[in-house]
Amino acid sequence: MMDSVAVNLAYIVAAALFVFGLKMLGSPATARRGNALSAAGMLIAVVVTLLSKGILEWHWIAVAMLVGAVIGALAARLVAMTSMPEMVALFNGTGGAASLLVGWAALYGDGSTFTAITVTLSVLIGGVTLSGSILAWGKLSEAFGSRAVVFGAQRFVNGLILVGLLAAGVLFVMQPAPDSPVFFVILGLALLLGVMAVLPIGGADMPVVISLLNSYSGLAACAAGFAINNNILIVSGSLVGAAGIILTNIMCKAMNRSLANVLFSGFGAVATASKVEGEVKPINAEDAYLILEAASSVTFVPGYGMAVAQAQHAVHELGELLEGNGCEVTFAIHPVAGRMPGHMNVLLAEASVPYDQLVEMEDINRRMETVDVAVVIGANDVVNPAARQDEGSPIYGMPIINVDHARTVFVLKRSMASGFAGVDNPLFFGDNTRMLFGDAKASIMGMVAQFKD
Amino acid sequence: MELAPVYLAFILMLAIFLGFELISKVPATLHTPLMSGANAISGIAIVGALLAAGSKMPGLAPILGAVAVTFATINVVGGYLVTDRMLGMFKKKGD
Repeated sequence: MMDSVAVNLAYIVAAALFVFGLKMLGSPATARRGNALSAAGMLIAVVVTLLSKGILEWHWIAVAMLVGAVIGALAARLVAMTSMPEMVALFNGTGGAASLLVGWAALYGDGSTFTAITVTLSVLIGGVTLSGSILAWGKLSEAFGSRAVVFGAQRFVNGLILVGLLAAGVLFVMQPAPDSPVFFVILGLALLLGVMAVLPIGGADMPVVISLLNSYSGLAACAAGFAINNNILIVSGSLVGAAGIILTNIMCKAMNRSLANVLFSGFGAVATASKVEGEVKPINAEDAYLILEAASSVTFVPGYGMAVAQAQHAVHELGELLEGNGCEVTFAIHPVAGRMPGHMNVLLAEASVPYDQLVEMEDINRRMETVDVAVVIGANDVVNPAARQDEGSPIYGMPIINVDHARTVFVLKRSMASGFAGVDNPLFFGDNTRMLFGDAKASIMGMVAQFKD
Repeated sequence: MELAPVYLAFILMLAIFLGFELISKVPATLHTPLMSGANAISGIAIVGALLAAGSKMPGLAPILGAVAVTFATINVVGGYLVTDRMLGMFKKKGD
């Protein structure tokens, strides 16, 4: 048995380990140790809690932890790297659910006004996180269809839910009781609000949702910490909350849109871009090889299409062959490429691309003029020059990777359909652009085969 | 005791600033592991869940707590393991 001073001192150690862990995540060389440190902090927090005087009953805890650990470990081991966004969405949801339940259970403790307010907050934020994450998972895994759902009365309905939540919250705080029907109204409305919040967001905006739900899961833990008067929950929860908000902000900036615009507009409704017309210049793998063989600097620009085609391993092989040929190879990654922040980097790392070859958008744009060949694989909107030139384009103002400034651009594309945002791309008609039609993986393999001959 | 909420809010404020400072230094390359790692930290709700599950509180509290322990454990164990798995793949040239 540990007394509460010792427990709280151990919590300080745990919090310090979380802080160090996050700090070490700042560089790929130390990140893995940072994560282990953070996990050690969590282990300390769990162990001292189990040893504290608050724990009188063991058997349910043992069963619950065993079940949770088995599910968590299996999920972490089995998930494919392409499905990482769905996985993180689900983990966000479980965090939200846990905070919601912790808040709910706190109602059986004391019935003070402060507890009632903080319990309401943790049920609200936890509930929004839970249902929002489940819907986000559904959209990402295409189980529910990934498009934004926008209907006319949406704002009115959301307004009603908020008014209802406020009224129920006030009623509940005036007379808090664990079995109060008002409590279940709050719970129901919170879950509904989470669904309504994610419903109008779809497709290319999903990285923003994931980041935001990540932030909510932290804030929910924070609110639960207030409900049970626990420092470690407040500190860790707000660290996570801040992390999610920063990532959300980065995603919004990378799309040149405000958070409000992402949350409420439902992308694609305003598409009035001028039609682009012109002639595309197709190329075959053989000619593409000849150009690549003569290049001294090649940059690959991967998009989500690369992951769909499972082409990352072939791309890595081509990159190695080019390097062997004395060429400088880089991978330029747009901040919103993929379905969550940094997703493309993980997919390339999985394919053994060393992290020193992964470069950010600003770096590559600065020296794009010196790049001999830019190879666009399954990316569209993030390399669309209309974002710079066409004020009518829905993506106008979005920072892009300026592949059109490279000496030659190869675009690997299945056919001439427009991208995720449904926007035409003048890049395809550029003088220095060559289109390599067909399955991305097959096209890359074709070039690899040419190299080996 | 009246001061407790204020004191907790004080901690909250400091922790948020610290979070902003820490996270804004993480490069874009590591944003996915950062997110899943941070997500694992939000599983800290497990502490509250354990206290609820192990208490002799009346009513549903221990059951709610036990369910919360399950969810939070999934979050913690899954989150840290998957982050480790991802970070293990990030290699420098020549490693």
